[in-house]
Amino acid sequence: MTSVVGYSGRAALDALHAGGMVCVLIVDTLNWLFVQPLRGKGLRLRSTVEHFVEFGVRSMPIVGLICFLVGVIIAMQSAYTLEKWGATKFIANLVGISALRELAPLMTAVLITGRCGSAITAEIGTMKVAEEIDALHVMGLNPTKFLIVPKFLAMLVAVPCVTVLAMFIMILGGFLLSCSPLVGVDPVIYYEQTVNSLVAKDMVTGVVKSIFFGITICWVGIYRGFQVEGGAEGVGRKTTSSVVTSIFLIILLDLVWTTLFYFA
Amino acid sequence: MAASNDNDIIIEVRDLVVKYGDRTVLDGINFQVRRGEIFVILGGSGCGKSTLLRNLVGLMRPYSGRILINGQDFTAMNDEERTDARKRMGMCFQGSALFGSMSVGDNVALPLREHTRLEESTIEIMTKIKLELVGLGGFGDFLPAELSGGMKKRAGLARAMAMDPEIIFYDEPSAGLDPIVAAGLDGLIRKMQHTFNLTSVVVTHEMESVKQIADTVCMLERGRIVGLGALEELRALDYPYVQQFFARRAQDESQIDSAEYLRSLTGLE
Ligand SMILES: Nc1ncnc2c1ncn2[C@@H]1O[C@H](COP(=O)(O)OP(=O)(O)O)[C@@H](O)[C@H]1O
Ligand SMILES: [Mg+2]
Repeated sequence: MTSVVGYSGRAALDALHAGGMVCVLIVDTLNWLFVQPLRGKGLRLRSTVEHFVEFGVRSMPIVGLICFLVGVIIAMQSAYTLEKWGATKFIANLVGISALRELAPLMTAVLITGRCGSAITAEIGTMKVAEEIDALHVMGLNPTKFLIVPKFLAMLVAVPCVTVLAMFIMILGGFLLSCSPLVGVDPVIYYEQTVNSLVAKDMVTGVVKSIFFGITICWVGIYRGFQVEGGAEGVGRKTTSSVVTSIFLIILLDLVWTTLFYFA
Repeated sequence: MAASNDNDIIIEVRDLVVKYGDRTVLDGINFQVRRGEIFVILGGSGCGKSTLLRNLVGLMRPYSGRILINGQDFTAMNDEERTDARKRMGMCFQGSALFGSMSVGDNVALPLREHTRLEESTIEIMTKIKLELVGLGGFGDFLPAELSGGMKKRAGLARAMAMDPEIIFYDEPSAGLDPIVAAGLDGLIRKMQHTFNLTSVVVTHEMESVKQIADTVCMLERGRIVGLGALEELRALDYPYVQQFFARRAQDESQIDSAEYLRSLTGLE
């Protein structure tokens, strides 16, 4: 019993400490993102663009493929129920709503966590272990400006962009399955049904949500990276925990966000 | 500051105490480094050499005590002042700490690109000169992963020299290298000091390279200074640990304090 209390107490303290650390990192980043460039200290644009290509452009094939398949799957699952009522044209509503409001942002965030969140942790962790972060300090170069700001900016833009793509591809997946001989909905009806059922708000909720997912992925990756101690196995451990923490926080954020929009 | 004569003090450490958590790693450290000399910090593994170096370059803040560099208190500076002070220092890390994603040339050019407004063509020439200086001319386009251990250390030295520093710090320059390559590095440390009147602070546990390069030796044992002076003065010291180091003798079992041994086994204080 006491061990349970002790454990949860320690976990709570750890979480609080992590929160504090992340706040310090965020303030430092905002400083190097907005204040220092005004004082002529510059942003690292090239590095930002390279990171955007890595996080965004290179994520597109795998996110596209998986979201297409998920679109096909939800269409099939919806058809299973709706066929009994002869209401297969409503597959369009279900696929559209789930893709825009939920599944496209979520799948994209989870995939980018696996591809890029882990890579951020591994990169920063390896640099820390190899004393490269210390080398930056000694050369008078600020690690926040050098390592964090470019990743943060790139992630902030990349995740929403990929999410929008994922939304369309997921709807396309649902469309192709529903209009195939398997289900046999008339393409024109499916199209009209999709357009009529969706409002701008659906897409906006999804995209705004994905911006927060991007911030989460980036911060968890960076925070875990700076936590790395003790050689290569330390890097491995923190990379794993980066992915787990990030996915957990994404789901939590999703819950809060969805609750807000359900009642608001 | 006085004109630079031979007795001009460039680094002064006063009553330095460093702790990791509750554990005191360095205790009551006092020494001075003269401008233009090679100052060697010698000691066994785990005695706190790297920790001392990290304090000297400001990567760690000491628990108490002062570090004066060119008469300015390094421990009391704000971030901006420290960044400026650092442009006049270079450091060679134990594992070289080259940025793996950049070529060797870009590594060397990085401080110049970030801290100066020189033309790119000038920077390229300066980078070539620095690489030539450490014997790596023509390796500018190689990635750090494509270099051998000794070449990486040389490249790290070229990067540390990029901004023409006044003081250069070396963490275990010859560790993990074969004797021939290590001797080459010792020669390079001497050459840098001669050519640029560079103050060098070298951390090492290799007696051989101490004999080659040291002007002043500071010997550490478990976080305390047990000997400080020229090599000959140190050799004359009648202190068991120092003598063991010179003779490269293993620690005599009977000398290990039995109470301490028990403590280390049980982990109790
Ligand atoms: N980050 C750290 N946290 C806690 N203890 C440390 C840390 N780094 C080094 N130490 C301890 O401080 C002592 C001195 O370490 P170090 O300065 O690396 O020794 P050296 O370079 O002489 O081998 C060692 O006992 C080591 O265990
Ligand atoms: Mg060391």
